[in-house]
Amino acid sequence: MPKDAPQLGCADSPILKERGQHEVFCGLTSIVWLHRKMQDAFFLVVGSRTCAHLLQSAAGVMIFAEPRFATAILEETDLAGMADAHEELDRNVSQLLSRRPDIKRLFLVGSCPSEVIKIDLSTVAEKLTEKYSPNVNVINFSGSGIETTFTQGEDACLEAVIRSLPSSEKTQLAVLGALPDIVQDQMMRLLEQLGLENVFVLPQVKFDDDVSIGANTHFICVQPFLGASYEEMVRRGAQPICANFPFGADGTTRWLWAIAERFDVSKAKFDKVVAAPKLRAEQAIAAVASDLRGKSVFFFPDSQLEIPLARFLAAECGMELTEVGSPFIHKSLVYADLADLPATTQISEGQDVDKQLDRVFDYNPDLTVCGLGLANPLESKGLSTKWAIELVFSPIHFYEQAADLASLFARPLKRADLLKVST
Amino acid sequence: MKLSVWTYEGPPHVGAIRVATGMEKVHLVLHAPQGDTYADLLFTMIERRNHRPPVTYTTFQARDLGSDTASLFKSACHDAYNRFKPDLLLVGASCTAELIQDDPGGLAEALDLPIPVVALELPSYQRKENFGADETFFQIVKKLATPQPRTENISCNLIGPTALGFRHRDDVEELEKVIQNLGIEVNVVAPMGSEPSDIVNLGAAHFNVLMYPETGESACRYLEKSLEQPFTKTVPIGVGALSDFIAEIETITGLTNLQNKVASRLPWYSASVDSTYLTGKRVFIFGDGSHVISAARIAKDEIGFEVVGLGCFNREMARPVRAFGKTLGCEALITEDYLEVEGAISELAPELILGTQMERHIGKRLGIPCAVISAPVHVQDFPARYSPQMGPEGANVIFDTWVHPLVMGLEEHLLTMFREDFEFSDANGPSHHAAHQPTSVQKENRSEEPVPKENSSNVIWMTDAEKELRKIPFFVRGKAKRNTERYAVDHGVIEISIDTLYEAKAHYAR
Repeated sequence: MPKDAPQLGCADSPILKERGQHEVFCGLTSIVWLHRKMQDAFFLVVGSRTCAHLLQSAAGVMIFAEPRFATAILEETDLAGMADAHEELDRNVSQLLSRRPDIKRLFLVGSCPSEVIKIDLSTVAEKLTEKYSPNVNVINFSGSGIETTFTQGEDACLEAVIRSLPSSEKTQLAVLGALPDIVQDQMMRLLEQLGLENVFVLPQVKFDDDVSIGANTHFICVQPFLGASYEEMVRRGAQPICANFPFGADGTTRWLWAIAERFDVSKAKFDKVVAAPKLRAEQAIAAVASDLRGKSVFFFPDSQLEIPLARFLAAECGMELTEVGSPFIHKSLVYADLADLPATTQISEGQDVDKQLDRVFDYNPDLTVCGLGLANPLESKGLSTKWAIELVFSPIHFYEQAADLASLFARPLKRADLLKVST
Repeated sequence: MKLSVWTYEGPPHVGAIRVATGMEKVHLVLHAPQGDTYADLLFTMIERRNHRPPVTYTTFQARDLGSDTASLFKSACHDAYNRFKPDLLLVGASCTAELIQDDPGGLAEALDLPIPVVALELPSYQRKENFGADETFFQIVKKLATPQPRTENISCNLIGPTALGFRHRDDVEELEKVIQNLGIEVNVVAPMGSEPSDIVNLGAAHFNVLMYPETGESACRYLEKSLEQPFTKTVPIGVGALSDFIAEIETITGLTNLQNKVASRLPWYSASVDSTYLTGKRVFIFGDGSHVISAARIAKDEIGFEVVGLGCFNREMARPVRAFGKTLGCEALITEDYLEVEGAISELAPELILGTQMERHIGKRLGIPCAVISAPVHVQDFPARYSPQMGPEGANVIFDTWVHPLVMGLEEHLLTMFREDFEFSDANGPSHHAAHQPTSVQKENRSEEPVPKENSSNVIWMTDAEKELRKIPFFVRGKAKRNTERYAVDHGVIEISIDTLYEAKAHYAR
């Protein structure tokens, strides 16, 4: 965070920190999109029946195709001795890999019970990498709910991937964060038009052993929840680029400009590249924003996307912010967006869900962004809601999705107007 | 460790939440990390409940483990009591909290709350969801139920329905109608819809109706022993089972001539001429034990299907399911491994699967129609319309639901007769389904129609025979292929010709 920055928006506002019941997913949930994004990867959770049930319930609400994830469910006998656990995992992995010979990357994912009984997955991963090298690369990370919430699972996964990458002095740009394929393609086209040559994205769709990082690697996050990955990149000597996150016309422009500045792209060239898509996005947002302007919105903590999205809704759609809650705030990552929020916004970190529910009823906002467990109960009490998880699963980044993003928030409000039957 | 892709049951604490969520004025404090709060969405999204489950999760984190998770539990309990003012508090631990051994029961006891507290033992690494529900309700009953004077008129309790149960909402409504038609009063329905004071009052009923053995049997056994309340053993799903159920009630109550007071349309629908196309269709049945036994009986005795395989995922029901399987000449499959179920279905190549949402998925992969008869289920299995499984209306619903995925009557014959019609192909599924493919898509697909190439033996299919095999409708093609290959191997035939195909057909003709 720049030292001489003037006091702006919510950048230095007091944050309401709460430590009560959290109503959020654990990091294992990230596997639901990571396993689709990474086509040669398999995620093996070492956990309990609860973990398996969570994955299936979180995923089952949305998909039911052959998954590239599974759970090695701990049983009574596994709780007794450690040596046993290693053998058991070895057996499970060989069973799995014989069924799925197409797998190149295997992630061993720690869970609450595996952390509590201290199964050392990193040692297991090392041994398995030796055993299956060079066909399969085995990496471990933790998605446990005692350490991670929801999207932090992707962060932990990427952090582990970054740690495994070789070093090089190549001058390049790394973009961190899983994006829907079509959005990633749009982003790569824009970066190419700006004249950037060596660009790679993590996570990779397919394993590529060419990827390396070092002091001449510049990197930028496309998702605000990648705090640990950010720090790991810095530790590896890479140079961070910080900006607003690429939501909406303005957010996207500022994100791209930060990269352009770092790579000495001229303002003239930049303007030429972004002018048309930026205008297109602004016009498209304007058509949707009329339904949002002047309406109030409340964010429950969920995916850590809350602060950048709140900026988009306030600055580009004219919404009024009440409380913006986030499970965890990486100030170094969201500083720019935080600084752009109206100073009157209540920022909260962590959660005490019952108290937060009291507050949402006090605010009585026009729209409440919340998790799946809260949405229907709030709807039944007359609040319009937007399920936060849809924001993680939909293409919402960059210019061409800006209006879609606004529409996601407008639809519940529109529905409330359309429905003429009362519950 | 057990490698698992999908599971049929959640952990036992989810069973406890199903009981608590079904009841009123009850609160559950669960010692659990934040991830376990996903369970709320099962109720609010899948079942579309408009209230949060009455559960406080302590949501301890890694940093709490080193310090004091016990006092976190105590303050959560205390806060939950003050905020929700329940008449009964349940306390328990999920899988992770079980490992840190904080003793929620002892901690809650120490708070000295002015309401009854039930401490739940939910062994997460041994037992599963149904056990959790059954055990939770049993402990509540044990704590609260006391001897009461019996009601003046003959009455019963309906035992077993919970939140998130497969069609529990409608089964309760249907069974209440059935019972009232018999001139019997319903005293209490529990756990779903009851509050702690109702549980105290269970003893006023003359007997109990055990609706769902998976979630209510321990409570019924306890009530039989301690309050001398007999309970019904037959689950009234299907016409025959309903009749047996009423006969049980006659025996228990001494009432007579109750049988003709209920009627279903199923017997006539099965007997009507259109339903001959159902006769002898090969079905595979999988789900929870009670629903599987009910479904197998309906399939065999009330529709005229051939049950070629059956099984259940809950080991608690292994014995009765095995025994019932024997009467059908089937070895029951008792497993929680979805891949094993898929293997069995693929091997048996049934024409219809009666299963859970897992089998619906298997059916989709294998191209076999599937109707859902048991939990675990998806959001579309909580329909807005009234659709019980129990009672006379339940039998009607079952007939419709099972027949719906099938290719109907004459259509099946036409498909067999005019296999080459480019606009009318079995590869597209029954024509009354919305997913029926338009002709243009169908044409493109025809060239790569699935005749499985691989074969287990060393026989070779001649081109003509393979072409002929394609003319056999898809729902029996797999079986025809396997039978022909087996016939070829048994008779020392190395190359399968059209003749071999028809020799095998004659050989295996039923």
